[in-house]
Amino acid sequence: MKILVMVKQVPDTATQVKISADPKTIDTTGITWIVSPYDEFAVEEALRIKEKRGQGEVVAVSLGPERVKEALRSCLAMGADRAIHLLDPAWNGGDTLTTARALAALLKQEAPGLAIFGRQAIDDDMGAVAAQTADLLGWPCASWIMEETVDAGGATVRVARQVEGGLEVFDLPLPAVVSAQKGLNEPRYPTLKGIMGAKKKEIKDVKAADLGLTVEPPALSVVTLEPLPARPPGRIIQGEPADAAKELVRALREDAKAI
Amino acid sequence: MAGAFWSIVEDDRQGNPKKVMAEVLGEAGRLAAKAGGQAEAVWLTDKAGEAGLKQLAEWGAKRVLLLEGAAFAPYRGEVWAAALAELAGKESPKAIFAPVSTRLRELMARLAARLGAGLSADSTALALDGDRLVATRPVYSGKLLAKMTWAKTPWLATLRPNVFRPGDAQPGANPTVEKPSVATAEAALKFVERREESATGLPELTEAEIVVSGGRGLKGPENFVILEALAKVIGAAVGASRAAVDAGWRPHRFQIGQTGRTISPKLYLGFGISGAIQHLAGMRTSKIICAINKDPEAPIFKIADYGIVGDLFEVAPKLTEEFKKLLEK
Repeated sequence: MKILVMVKQVPDTATQVKISADPKTIDTTGITWIVSPYDEFAVEEALRIKEKRGQGEVVAVSLGPERVKEALRSCLAMGADRAIHLLDPAWNGGDTLTTARALAALLKQEAPGLAIFGRQAIDDDMGAVAAQTADLLGWPCASWIMEETVDAGGATVRVARQVEGGLEVFDLPLPAVVSAQKGLNEPRYPTLKGIMGAKKKEIKDVKAADLGLTVEPPALSVVTLEPLPARPPGRIIQGEPADAAKELVRALREDAKAI
Repeated sequence: MAGAFWSIVEDDRQGNPKKVMAEVLGEAGRLAAKAGGQAEAVWLTDKAGEAGLKQLAEWGAKRVLLLEGAAFAPYRGEVWAAALAELAGKESPKAIFAPVSTRLRELMARLAARLGAGLSADSTALALDGDRLVATRPVYSGKLLAKMTWAKTPWLATLRPNVFRPGDAQPGANPTVEKPSVATAEAALKFVERREESATGLPELTEAEIVVSGGRGLKGPENFVILEALAKVIGAAVGASRAAVDAGWRPHRFQIGQTGRTISPKLYLGFGISGAIQHLAGMRTSKIICAINKDPEAPIFKIADYGIVGDLFEVAPKLTEEFKKLLEK
């Protein structure tokens, strides 16, 4: 079975993020880029499905500028067989629907059995692309999955999706879209052999025109990025535990009116 | 009606809307009043309770569009999105809002795709600027705020719980309920089973008004009972840092932070949590933040409104005692 895994390259959580001269974007100087953590769960799951079935192909896909190739290279080092880079300035400044339209067109072309996404990317935290891609394709979709089993015949996938208060288990006919929640698996680290081998694997550039797409203007766009408003300075409560606890409870009731 | 501000109802699956709907309807009502529309609730359910319908009216829904049918339970995106898209096509609402929940985040994404509309997920503020709507939402682990706007209506947004103010309650308001007929799409997802989480007897993390959270400083899973005792007294949910979850002390569903839940309670109390960026990403929009940590240099003190530098094993039981005294008065 062929599996496509969608990944996004995002700034490392610990990286300091500054607003650039154009207040709609961040200053990318000095940023450390990583594969968004939820997408690593997606890559890992795809590799496990292939390993369990003893056959198949895992294709990593990402949309973004030239630097995104590093993220794809990491997926190849983990074990993906090849990669597709959706690279076209026409997609710059797009919203989730722009990305979903590109991915839906690619999925139609590649015709995999399963498309796996992370539940959201940790830069803009929209968490919309997986469901939007599925909807555009008319494929079944299960979000925030914690467990997954593709049946032996490769016709359906059984998933447990996380919802408030529990897990809901469904069977989805393939092809389908699923999005990975933390807890699905523990992603592997690339081995040295994997890293060396990744250099020889194919990363194919794909433009909008290659997918027969005319890119539409985004339905949602950034007006401006702003720094967080400063929080008022905090107060350290001194004293012995019993006194400090008493004072904190008093302050929460009388000053903060929080309880 | 055309120009309405819709609120998609999240419920307890027993016929009652969740209380977060007071916030969503409140915000929809305020914006609608300025834009010259009205707040309306749209409820997809297998069974709506009479009390639930009344509740929506009291929270400010001028009209309730009720899509009731067995096909709507359990939630399946392909069924819900089809019904809503059809209804939106007939009604032309100006805005469609929903509270953040796992299923409604997915539903709204699907609906946006179907309508070719923009979606601002997990918004923390909404404001009209002339004839456009501007949403504020935290980005980059909550390190920045992004202001977003839509190219056209309907404006789709999900709203972070505990952030928006409920409207003025209208006790005794009677709901105007309509049951529009829409086609029922065939479900692709075949339901197998639902596995309930073991009940903690405490509120759900993302909805709780008070959250008590524990980190590495708790030293082991057995010590979470100290926080649970405190939580019971003040009606709080208990969460955990990634360090505590990765150590296997708490199941992942209790994790607060970037790869866990995002919360915004009125009061957050962190015990033995250092305040790594990825944790702050999930709780920094909390209204009042208290930190109890042995290490005076812990980054969490930088964003805390109140801090106690001390041993949580001494401080937490004392806090429980003090809160008990206060609340028994």
